[in-house]
Amino acid sequence: MSRVVHIASNTFREAVRDRVLYNLVAFAVLLSGAAILVGQISIDIERLVVVNLGLTAVSLFGVVIAIFIGIGLVSKEIEKRTLYTVLSRPVRRWEFIVGKFFGLTGTLVVNTVCMAIGVFAALLYVSHKFQASDRWILVALYFIVLQFLILCSLTLLFSSFSSPLLSAVFAFSLFVIGSFAEDLRGFAGMSHGLTQGLATGAAYLVPNFSALNVIGQVAHEQAISGRLIAYNTGYALAYSAMAICGAVLIFERRNLK
Amino acid sequence: MSGSRKVTVAASILLLLSLASSVLLLRRVDQVRSHATLEEVLYFSSPKWIKRMSLGYDGLLADIYWTRAVQYFGSRHVAHATDYKLLAPLLEITTALDPKLIVAYQFGANFVAPKPPEGAGMPDKAVALVEYGIRNNPDNWKLYYELGFIYYYMDPPEHAKAAEAFDRGTKVPNAHPFLRVLAAQMAQHAGEIQTARMLWQAAYATTQDDLIRKNAVTHLRALKVDEDITGLEKMVATYQEQTGMLPASFNALVGAGMLLGVPVDPNGKPYQLMFDGSIELRTPEDFPFVEKGLPPGYKPGPPKLH
Repeated sequence: MSRVVHIASNTFREAVRDRVLYNLVAFAVLLSGAAILVGQISIDIERLVVVNLGLTAVSLFGVVIAIFIGIGLVSKEIEKRTLYTVLSRPVRRWEFIVGKFFGLTGTLVVNTVCMAIGVFAALLYVSHKFQASDRWILVALYFIVLQFLILCSLTLLFSSFSSPLLSAVFAFSLFVIGSFAEDLRGFAGMSHGLTQGLATGAAYLVPNFSALNVIGQVAHEQAISGRLIAYNTGYALAYSAMAICGAVLIFERRNLK
Repeated sequence: MSGSRKVTVAASILLLLSLASSVLLLRRVDQVRSHATLEEVLYFSSPKWIKRMSLGYDGLLADIYWTRAVQYFGSRHVAHATDYKLLAPLLEITTALDPKLIVAYQFGANFVAPKPPEGAGMPDKAVALVEYGIRNNPDNWKLYYELGFIYYYMDPPEHAKAAEAFDRGTKVPNAHPFLRVLAAQMAQHAGEIQTARMLWQAAYATTQDDLIRKNAVTHLRALKVDEDITGLEKMVATYQEQTGMLPASFNALVGAGMLLGVPVDPNGKPYQLMFDGSIELRTPEDFPFVEKGLPPGYKPGPPKLH
């Protein structure tokens, strides 16, 4: 277990040293601030714009960070030949993958906290005080973190067998498909026979990012049910575990010579 | 068993368990947010904004919104919903993204205008949608037909505007000849069953959309029932005039040479002759749009599109 923690902390340290990361976080915070200006040129929707634009920025920049750091986690170690040093020590391959996953997840959680501070600062500037319904914004942020959890596991899965470029394409494509997962299930529900079976299978296999997107609801101060929070948490953990297991299975058999 | 094999077996088992758990949890998530999906569709409700945000991929986005509009209507219909308040905005977005998507205007004319539970009950929105379609597709005669159709079924009916819409359509190059017939028919015999039948037959003939066709068939079946019952009621009245009493059954009318046999509805089920001489359907729920033959106090459910 300590070996997993060591790999996770090293991955985290390596990620936070990346200057691109700071640029992306700064840009997200700046966008949250710009929401104030956008809100002012509309009528009576300042708060709405701050929440919508702020949370969208957190989500999209987080996705970009997750994909661009995640795709290099394995390939960069192979390219720099540091992987051989790590694996020559008493470190199992699965420990390496799981450690990388936790390191990347930790990086994204810290980034999300930084970006969320920017969103709440913009919100405070616009509303002058926080209100009870603002707690749902925290739930939306928590769901965004759950999205990152799934995305990290997927980028790791792809980077365990593919090149960084292809991994980025695969991960981003799955993010887009996952954002339309409910349409896919709607299509499955309306089709028949073999098409329905295939569409249903695909709909359950792709990650459901749309269920984790409640930005529209919280922007309108609508409550999020406790059951949805519990089920979404369970779903994100189960899906991530599935993708990590896939990554472990592939990496265990990969010829690194 | 070697260490590597142990990891493989454990990871495989965990992978399958995780997959099963994720499917089960996703089904639970669906139950919790069964009505949330389409509320989110209108997260951005301005068609102009959505068009700008599409970054030029407005054709693809229009297809997505069109699919969502159909799914929205279909899912609400299956759930016996009595309102379709998002149907008009979804179609507005769809047609703003792709003004050439004729089927979206046809869908709007058929399902945005009629009163709930048959549609969204927004005839003004339906007219605005089809007029927008005409502005963008002035040479498409089908849209003039749809516009006349909406006016004809407004409450109260706008027969003059319907006739005008059909007449505008006749001026379009390659317009179907029946538009001229409809325009004349509308001007002279607006409220008659024959006119309504002609409209629904045209609705069936001018679209490839399955839902619109089913709707037209359901209306045509209802018109057949209305026509049958009107004829049967006249026969009962004639019989009463001739004999001084109401017929005890349809056999009495057969015996009097007025009918060849017991009359049946479009499903093949015999009509019922009631003791007061009125005619009723045996299964009125099979004919959602009928105006005649309904038992006293009968409240129709949501229409079933056969």
